[in-house]
Amino acid sequence: MRKLSKTTVNNLITYGIVIFAYILVQILLATGSLSSLLEGLLVPLCTYVILAVSLNLTVGVLGELSLGHAGFMCVGAFSSAFFSVSMQEAIASDGLRFFLALLVGAVCAGLFGILIGIPVLRLRGDYLAIVTLAFGEIIKNIINAMYVGRDSSGFHFSMKDTTSLGMAEDGQVILKGPQGITGTPGDSNFTIGVILVLITVFIVLNLVHSRAGRAIMAIRDNRIAAESVGINITKYKMMAFAISAALAGVAGVLYAHNLSSLTATSRNFGYNQSIMILVFVVLGGMGNIRGSIISAVVLTLLPEMIRGVGDYRMLIYSVVLIAMMIFNWSPKIKNWREAHPLLKRRKRGEEA
Amino acid sequence: MGFLSYLISGISLGSVYAIIALGYTMVYGIAKMLNFAHGDVIMIGSYVVFCAVSVMGMPPGIGILIAVVVCTVLGVVIERIAYKPLRGTSPLAVLITAIGVSYFLQNAALLIFGAGAKSFTSVVNIPALKLAGGALSISGETMVTIGACIVIVIALSCFVKFTKSGRAMLAVSEDRQAAQLMGINVNGTIALTFAIGSALAAIAGVLLCSAYPNLTPYTGSMPGIKAFTAAVFGGIGSIPGAMIGGILLGVIENLSKAYISTQLSDAIVFAVLIVVLLVKPTGILGKKVSEKV
Repeated sequence: MRKLSKTTVNNLITYGIVIFAYILVQILLATGSLSSLLEGLLVPLCTYVILAVSLNLTVGVLGELSLGHAGFMCVGAFSSAFFSVSMQEAIASDGLRFFLALLVGAVCAGLFGILIGIPVLRLRGDYLAIVTLAFGEIIKNIINAMYVGRDSSGFHFSMKDTTSLGMAEDGQVILKGPQGITGTPGDSNFTIGVILVLITVFIVLNLVHSRAGRAIMAIRDNRIAAESVGINITKYKMMAFAISAALAGVAGVLYAHNLSSLTATSRNFGYNQSIMILVFVVLGGMGNIRGSIISAVVLTLLPEMIRGVGDYRMLIYSVVLIAMMIFNWSPKIKNWREAHPLLKRRKRGEEA
Repeated sequence: MGFLSYLISGISLGSVYAIIALGYTMVYGIAKMLNFAHGDVIMIGSYVVFCAVSVMGMPPGIGILIAVVVCTVLGVVIERIAYKPLRGTSPLAVLITAIGVSYFLQNAALLIFGAGAKSFTSVVNIPALKLAGGALSISGETMVTIGACIVIVIALSCFVKFTKSGRAMLAVSEDRQAAQLMGINVNGTIALTFAIGSALAAIAGVLLCSAYPNLTPYTGSMPGIKAFTAAVFGGIGSIPGAMIGGILLGVIENLSKAYISTQLSDAIVFAVLIVVLLVKPTGILGKKVSEKV
């Protein structure tokens, strides 16, 4: 048998973990040992994993701090939900419609990524972070003020209210400002979610280990050196940013088609959500795709697992978060860990 | 007259942002970290005043004093427990820890005070100033807020310029290692910065809740983010920059609420921020740092 390279083995382990988790959940579902609460959490779990993996491309691989990831998810969710609702009669096949909705969501979010990336990627560090945060909030705000309807003469658009759309009798308002989009077909399920997770991981891992990926990491490690060996900085930065945005759009599609009514609130698409995704990425290890998957799953399940402690669960969650960060990063504890034989970590090769 | 009164209330809101932004900008200048928990310190300060004044019936002055003390202690404790162990590591790690602290404060307040909004009684009892035959009315809160902001900015500028600890702050923000070699107590200086920033947060909280008397565990979060954008807007690390950024942000927000759209006011504020940063990427008063190869 041909000897597989270390990277390939590593990648296969990552896919294996996802597939194993899927089979495990299917067994649990078949034996009925999952609570209905956890069952409802399965699709959001896939959404979070996709978000974490895609943000890792921007934060870990490209090395730019983005706080607007939920904004791209929002674009993907709303564009695809809009597509699905307006095409519900035109395309009868659920599968085909969902596939097209996925493309619509990913392309729209990717386009927004490019549009926002052009100005944003000129900035660096914390300034870039705050501008991406600002864009995320702007997207959410504008969607909350938008009204779109359709009647026999075509689409109507307004930024004021439903009545100013001026629609005919047979008209149907699709996007109702703060009330969002209702009646999205529930096309997504756990299996589709896992397939999308695998596709996302496949795209990101292949990008990272390609020529383009090495160029992106070179920019992260030393921009000036990268530029001096002839790497087109803008092109590769934009590539990473746009792909990351498009994948966040995919997560948005999955999210939107799991709910019958979609609204843009600060809970689901605000900066808090972007920060939440960033927490997954940083805790899982920047640039480490497998870490992102694991930390997204663990941190999403953690508040549900400790539901028993009632009102204290979010308090405990925050304490655990702080403690994990300090335990992982503090120089003193790192030294202590290295000195302690039981806690000594296996010396790992310089893996990505 | 309508425009003038919107402008004045915008300046008042902007003054609150400015006071919060001062805390952000000082901490950023010295510790090079985004203290995401700053907004929640504001919320804690407001709850302390609420308890002291509305529940226990203390005079407002003492209530504010207690809040300032509580927030100062809180700020120093947070720095000691959550941020100090991570000094010198990746700024992202500190950022996530700050987010953890922010969640902690919000959920602690949620447990203690409940999710329901408390109505905050204004601590200012100065009658409104009527100008132009009653056509223009400036509330007592507005005057106190603007006055407090001016006093704080002047006092802080003098403190940084003329006292020994103030100059130590400047030195630490310029070059931490060189400052340490010169015999400056870096840890002490950073703790002092957190103390001052948190004390300002308490004052900002009182002023914010006097003007908008709805107090929930999430009260501090949005003003915190806006004040942070104000600090970036004015050039992060600069004290006058924080004031200019805060006031401009408040005015833009209020005028766009009045004339364009209530729903889009946040979007407009952030759009202006983006435009400013693209034209002048270090903010209005930010220093341009040349890049070393």
